[in-house]
Formats: sequence, structure tokens, C-alpha cells
Amino acid sequence: MSVRWSLVAATAAAFVACALPASAQTLRYANQGELKSLDPYTLKETTTIAHHAHVYEGLTARDKDLKIVPALAESWETLSPTKWRFHLRKGVKFHNGDPFTADDVLFSADRVRAKGSNFLSNVPADAKFTKVDDYTVDVTLDSPNPILISQWDGWYIMDKKWCEENNSVAPTPAAATTPSYASLHENGTGPFMIESHQPGVKTVFKAFPGHWKKPEHNLKEIIFTPIGSDATRVAALLSGEVDVIEPVPLQDIQRVNSSGNATVLTAPEIRTIFVGMDVARDELLFSNVKGKNPFKDIRVREAIYKTIDVELIKSRVMRGMSTPSVLMIAPQLYPLSKDFTRPKLDPDGAKKLLADAGYPSGFEVTMDCPNDRYVNDAAICQAVVGMLARIGVKVNLLAQPKAQYFAKVLKPGGYQTSLFMLGWTPATSDSHNVLHDVLGCRDDPKDSTRGEANLAGYCNKEVDALTDKVLVEPDTAKRDQLIKQAYELVIKDYGYIPLHQQSLAWGVSNKVKLTQRADNQVLLYWATKQGE
Amino acid sequence: MSDAVVPHRNAQVSRAGAGWFRRALDSDIFYSFRRSKLTMVAAAITVLFFLLAIFASWLAVQNPFDPAQLQLINSRISPLWTADGQSPFLLGTDEQGRDVFSAILYGMRISLAVGIAGVIFAGALGIGLGLIAGYFGGVADSVIMRIADVQLTFPAILIALLVNGVAKSLLGNRLDEMSTLAVLVIAIGLSFWVQYARTVRGSVMVEKNKDYVAAAQLIGLPAPKIMLRHVLPNTMGPILVIATINLALAIITEATLSFLGAGMPDTMPSLGTLIRIGNNYLFAGEWWIVAFPGIALAGLILSINLLGDWLRDALNPKLR
Repeated sequence: MSVRWSLVAATAAAFVACALPASAQTLRYANQGELKSLDPYTLKETTTIAHHAHVYEGLTARDKDLKIVPALAESWETLSPTKWRFHLRKGVKFHNGDPFTADDVLFSADRVRAKGSNFLSNVPADAKFTKVDDYTVDVTLDSPNPILISQWDGWYIMDKKWCEENNSVAPTPAAATTPSYASLHENGTGPFMIESHQPGVKTVFKAFPGHWKKPEHNLKEIIFTPIGSDATRVAALLSGEVDVIEPVPLQDIQRVNSSGNATVLTAPEIRTIFVGMDVARDELLFSNVKGKNPFKDIRVREAIYKTIDVELIKSRVMRGMSTPSVLMIAPQLYPLSKDFTRPKLDPDGAKKLLADAGYPSGFEVTMDCPNDRYVNDAAICQAVVGMLARIGVKVNLLAQPKAQYFAKVLKPGGYQTSLFMLGWTPATSDSHNVLHDVLGCRDDPKDSTRGEANLAGYCNKEVDALTDKVLVEPDTAKRDQLIKQAYELVIKDYGYIPLHQQSLAWGVSNKVKLTQRADNQVLLYWATKQGE
Repeated sequence: MSDAVVPHRNAQVSRAGAGWFRRALDSDIFYSFRRSKLTMVAAAITVLFFLLAIFASWLAVQNPFDPAQLQLINSRISPLWTADGQSPFLLGTDEQGRDVFSAILYGMRISLAVGIAGVIFAGALGIGLGLIAGYFGGVADSVIMRIADVQLTFPAILIALLVNGVAKSLLGNRLDEMSTLAVLVIAIGLSFWVQYARTVRGSVMVEKNKDYVAAAQLIGLPAPKIMLRHVLPNTMGPILVIATINLALAIITEATLSFLGAGMPDTMPSLGTLIRIGNNYLFAGEWWIVAFPGIALAGLILSINLLGDWLRDALNPKLR
């Protein structure tokens, strides 16, 4: 049956492909990092989610201004504060021809919350999905949740039948050593299909002619190649070998703009880059201090906070293209950000604090850092290593490609880190996500997804209590005050060390027009390219 | 000295009071050395590079491996003779405020250390296996030489990448700078042993039929002793040539691995790592970060190669 269906689909696809206008273009895109797994529940990371957005779709999506719009759900309504009803889009087909129905939604809701998934917090654990008919799904909750669907644009719907047939019912964990079928193949409903996928080498996306929506792009094909080397990536853009690159290294922005064949799109990004210290374990995994954890001592955290010079990182490493931050959220997303000032830089005081804490000659610790994820990530980490060395904290830097990095430090890998740098964009564009996912206590018996991205294991019950109030507070002004109290607590605890918000820097050939979204998702289904 | 005026190599053979130094000066090799200006220049440059590397800690203005000595505020300063140059950064600084000159000295130390250790490791392995293959023949010979043949079909850099990759995935996160060094040495050693083994095996097969070996066997010396004490010294000439040329290759291999990101980390850069880092700033006009390490690496390799070529010719009886 399935063979026949895919034959039919393939024939239909070939038919429509021939009928595509002759002006359909091939777009070549290079990113600094690779696309490892095609399983949409493996790695919650912006670049990966954006890649998947071409082939998979959620019930909702976000438009060019990050507003929530209908996608696979045509409309929805709240029957009561704890009961939502979703009306699914009819006539939607997966790439293999299977029809999209309520069963797929129920299946995806289970799969995204199963062991090994990195997207647990996208769909609340207390949400029960029930099928009303083939195109209607009800969601019942234990407690009201006004922001239930705010992360559903990143929860992609998978084909139940296809997953069952291909032994891919369980999500592929990021730390998996052998790839599953779903991590090497896709079967989404999105505007593009993956024609071939060689992890770390090349992925070819082909326009899906059976997509339910009229395309805004004029592409027949997107060829994605990871190009890790900054210089090579820029050279490829300037020579016309690729049409779009992300990111443009800061040192090369001027050159790209003056080249005449490409332009750099820049804008402040809503991602916050920060440093975290493991405060959960009684003994650090990677340190020479045995039997105790120096980061549990607030004086040590304060010392480290006050040694890292974010202004210097801005001027030297980021070449002015960053906004130093005191909060774990970007000022665009939280209006009261202006009320906060960063604790003053004070390396001499830091030395004294360390001595008071019992480490007059410092200590040794390993820092985890990606080297192909954020703008100048490894260089920032190196700068931090240098600054900490001055107060006697010897940091061994382990800068790795993001695939290895995330597999080690994220929840599925067991938070194996003592000191790390991470970036976070609240998928909901709201502080609650930051307070809940990054600053919430891990191992909350009532809420298993709280603190899911809290790699440091920072825990303050007062913050959690405020977070819970934030979730249900309808009044915006009051809500902002609650958020403010929570952030103040985190700053007082020196729980995390925010560094800055980086800048978006996409290199785009002058032949290509596309939309730059502030969450740094490179979405090429909004791209058009002039003919060669 | 009279030998400068009368360059006849047998003239001083019977001179009285000749120590080892005098014997060396009188040798065929030194004679040929003095005849080649290019070789003398190459030797001078090689010695200079070795001295620079050995005395790096005294010559450098900072220890580029010590993060505490890097000041971010000093980042991206151009070389001293340009308009924005600043003392004491002779060749400028990179993005982390690392003095390029100091980084080259320390990086060269790493490159040379990895190169020499790699050559010694490859030599020990190759000589050992070659001796066994040549002396015993039979099954041992077949097995060792077939492995060698198979390995010869791969480029050395591929083998080095493979060994390096396997070691890194085995050691994983426990890999610090020092163990990276060891992994590099092993990777390079394992990719270059074949040449030694084949050369030694050939020489041994010639030597083992000679009378002195038969005599040694007759008085009942054990095989290892005959191999190491009697046969091996007679095969050392070609080994020396291979070792010299391989030193240059080993340094290049290390630089390639580091350039590809599989070698020394950014926090403890070798010449290859410096070139990789600098490569990123080439478009931005910050050429000194890549140019000077590149020149240093090229100079080092070229001079060692010239020395190796000369040594090969000097030791080749057919060319005399």
C-alpha cells in the first residue's frame, strides 16, 4: 500500500515539477554549523529548528514579525480556561502522500514529550490531547495556561504511520550514537522536501509541489552546505558560489558590503548570550577542587561575574556589534529592562572575594563552549578564559562543534558541564519562558519541564513561585513587576552571568531578497531569487 | 686553515691528533657540505629556527599559552613598522591580544617538538618492524610488509586524520593540551613508519648474508643482539636521510592537522593553528595574523627539506 502511495506521490511530484515555471531558481545557502539530525525533536536549537521549518510544520507558525499565525491548525478556540479546541487544516498531505489528520497530532504530542526529546517544554506535560473527529482536536489542561501555544511553532507534526512503519516512534536523543531512520529521512508537510541529506556535508531541499499554501518563494531547490571556516564562507558568498550565508563574521561585514555583489543584513538579535556555572552538584565534574563545589559559594560567583568585562568583549571581540546585557532577556522583549544596571566590573575586589571564599590562589575548571553556534563564540570564551586567569581561576577551554557541545551539556546528555557559555532566545518572546526554562529549579516534582535548559542547575524557590504567578497574571503592568522581582533575585544570587545580545549578520547576494526575522531563523521559503 | 685552500678530501686523513671533531671536519660529508652554499644557508636557517624555538621563553614578550598574560585591550594591533604599530608587539597581535611574534616562537616549539617526537616514534616503530621482517623473513616478513603495502596506498595525512579522530573520540572530553600533543605524535608516527620499515628491511636482507652476521650467529649471540648491535648500525645511513626529510613532512602534517582544526587547540597554538586563526582575518585586512606564521612555517620546512636533499645526495655513493 505504502509503496503504491509513494509511487503515486512521486509521479504526481514529477508531473508538477515539470509544470513549474521555468524561472524557478536554485538557492545556495551556507551556515557555519552543520545540520545533523532531521528528527525534529532531537535538538532545540535555532539553526536546526529553522532548517526543519522548511520540511515540517507545526499547528501554529510565526510570521515575519514573530506573531503567531495558523499553520496546520486552521483556527482554535478556548472552550474554557482549561480546554482548547483546534480545527485542523483539511487536505494537507505529507511528502509521501499520507493525509494529515488528528491522529498525527495526538501521535506527535506523545512523541515530543517522550524520553529523548529535547522539546519537552514546548508542549506542557499536563496537556491531554483527545480526538473529536479527524480534523478536530481538544486539549485539556490541569490548570489554565494562557501561553499554551506560544511554542507550538517549534513543535513540528510528524506522520504517525510513517514513524510506525520506519521504527521511529521514539524520538532520537541528541546524544544518540547511531542515527535513527527519522534522523536521516523526513516526512513533513512543509513547503520543501529533502531530496538528499549527508550530515555535515550537504542537504538538498526540493520544493514540495503538493504544499497547501501558495509559495512566496520562486525556488525549485535549496542546497545547504555547512562551511565552518569564516574566511571560506565569506569567499563563497563574494564569489557567488553561495547566495546566502549566516553568520557573516564581524570582521568581514565591511568587506561584504563594499563588494558590490552582496549585502549584510544586520539587526539586533533577541538572543542573550550568557555564562553559567554548575551550582547543582556537590562536586564539580571538571575541576581540581574535590569534595566541594566552589560555585556553590556566592562569593565565587560574584567574583567571576565582576571579572568578566562585557564592554571589552563588545569593543574587541564583537567589534561593537553587541549590546551588553544585565538581564537574561533582550530589552526588546521586556520593557522594564532599562530599570536594571549591571553590577560593576571589579577584578581586584573579585580576588579578595575568592580569597575570602577559601581560594586565595584560585582553582582549575573546564569550560564548555561551542565554536560554530554563536557569533564569535569560541573567541568570547577565550576572552573569558583570559579574564578569569587574572584572578587565578585557571580555565581549560573545551570549544567544540555544536553537535558535540550540545550532546554533552544539555539535559539528554545529563548536563555534563561545570562552566559553559550558552545563548537563549525565548521561543515565546516572553520572560516567562526564560524564568521557567532557564532560571527555574530542575527536578521540580510537579513540573518536569521546569529548568529544562537550566544547565547551571540554578535554583531559587522564590523565583519559581514568582514564575508561577507570572504565568497566570493577566494584568500586563503587574506581570512586568512580578518578572522584575524574579530577575532581581537572580541578579542578587549571581545565578547566571549574562554577557550580551549579539547582532544578526546575514550575508545575502544582491540577487536574493529575503526576510530577516529577529529570532535569527533563516527561513528561505520567503526568499526570491533573480534569474541567472 | 689549509683545507680551505686545498679542498682535497684525502689530504688530511693522516693528520696527527685528530679528535672526533677533526674527523668530522675531515669527512666526505663535511666536504660536500662546504661545497654547497645553499645547504649552508639552509643549515643556518634551520639552526636559527631551532634556537628561536628552544629559547622562546627568553625571547618572547609574553607567554601566549598563558591566558593571564593576554590583554584583550591589546587585540588586533598591526606590526610595529606600520602606522598603528605598538611596542613591544613586533609582528602585531591577534584578536585575543596574543603577540604574533611570541606565538610564532612558542608555536614553532610545538611544531618542532611534535615533528621530532613523531619522527622518533615512526623511526623506532619502522626500524623495529623492518629489522624483524628483514632478519626473520617468512611469515613475519609477509605480514609486516603487506600491512606496509596497504598503508602506502593511503596518503599519510589521511592516516594521521584517522588515528587522530579515533583517539579523540576514545578520549573524548578528557583530552587536554598535553594529551592532544601525544595524540598528534602517535598519529604522525603511525602514518610515517612504513618508509623506515621498508628501507631497513632491504638493508637487513643484504647485510644478513654477510660473513660478520654468520660469525655472530656462530658464536651463539641471540638474534636481538645481532640485529641491534651488528646489523642495525650498517643500515643507519639511509635512515638518517629519511628521518631528515620526514621531519619536514611531520611538521607539515602537524600543521595541516592543526589547520583543519584536528590538531592543537586555539589555547595552545602551533604554527598550523595560528594560520587557521589568522586565515579568518585575511579578508578584514588583518594580514599579519596569518602571514608571519605562514612565512615561518614555509621557511622552516624549506630549510629542513634542503638539508634533507643534500644529505641524501651526500650519502648516495652513486652520486660521488
